Amino acid sequence: MNGLLTIAGRTLRSRLILGTGGFDNHEVLAEALAASGAELCTVALRRLDPGARGSILDVLTDTGVEVLPNTAGCFTARDAVITAQLAREAFQTDWIKLEVIGDDRTLLPDAVELVAAAEQLVDDGFVVLPYTTDDPVLARRLEDVGCAAVMPLGSPIGSGMGIRNPYNISIMAERAGVPVVLDAGVGTASDAALAIELGCDAVLCASAISRAENPVAMASAIRMAVEAGALARAAGRIPRRHYAQASTPEEGIPVFDAPGAS
Amino acid sequence: MHVTINGERRQLPPDTTVARVVELLDRTDGRGVAVAVDARVVPRSAWTTTRLTDGASVEVLGAIQGG
Repeated sequence: MNGLLTIAGRTLRSRLILGTGGFDNHEVLAEALAASGAELCTVALRRLDPGARGSILDVLTDTGVEVLPNTAGCFTARDAVITAQLAREAFQTDWIKLEVIGDDRTLLPDAVELVAAAEQLVDDGFVVLPYTTDDPVLARRLEDVGCAAVMPLGSPIGSGMGIRNPYNISIMAERAGVPVVLDAGVGTASDAALAIELGCDAVLCASAISRAENPVAMASAIRMAVEAGALARAAGRIPRRHYAQASTPEEGIPVFDAPGAS
Repeated sequence: MHVTINGERRQLPPDTTVARVVELLDRTDGRGVAVAVDARVVPRSAWTTTRLTDGASVEVLGAIQGG
């Protein structure tokens, strides 16, 4: 694993993608973006609010971060496809973080609608990055229809529950022919490091940073965790063992015999 | 004529263009704005030439934080 992440031919130096949801205001977002080192961040589309002060796009232009629009809030392939097409118009990018939600309590993806939407969007020329479950078979289906990456959840969006099935995430990372981006569930820095150690190519993180007590400090922490995870993975971890393996040589251990000692 | 804009029913002069509707709502330079009429995307290049008809359903969207 080198220092660069390549998705659909685009090279990114940072393996951290920032989700912009949940920040209290644009000022904190701008500071967190800078602290995160992210070169790509998500944005969403909603009915235009004539009373809104300032655009998030001004913040992003000032910080030089590029946008990855999402289809958040879509429950059907039809709505997700229309939303993606609107995002392409609004942001002048073919890249789309595809979300098709199947349940409003868990916000888990709807696998059937997701694959259908992904296929239509790929055919329409989009670079599709789908938010998906931690199912290696579904990841393969998404790859087969032409997605540029797969973005499995570690646990539900905003739950901060970390990676509940590290085994599946590592299988996905091992088998995928496209980058794997851990996309939900990160609660703190160690979760992000684990994602990369398990083989993910990048981490997308919103709530863990935006809703932290100190979002800017957490952005730095998660940036370092992602870098640490990449270094650790490249360095090669030791195998897990059931029993201890002494690190000090056993050869030359002295024997403290004394005459008369029992 | 009556059209629905972002869920609100409004009365507008006949032949109002999409560009005019965007002007009514958006006070910025139009970056990050996209429009759908009757569930079809209207490309920015067609805003000035696309005229609304009675009963049209218009969604005018803008960029927000999210994801």
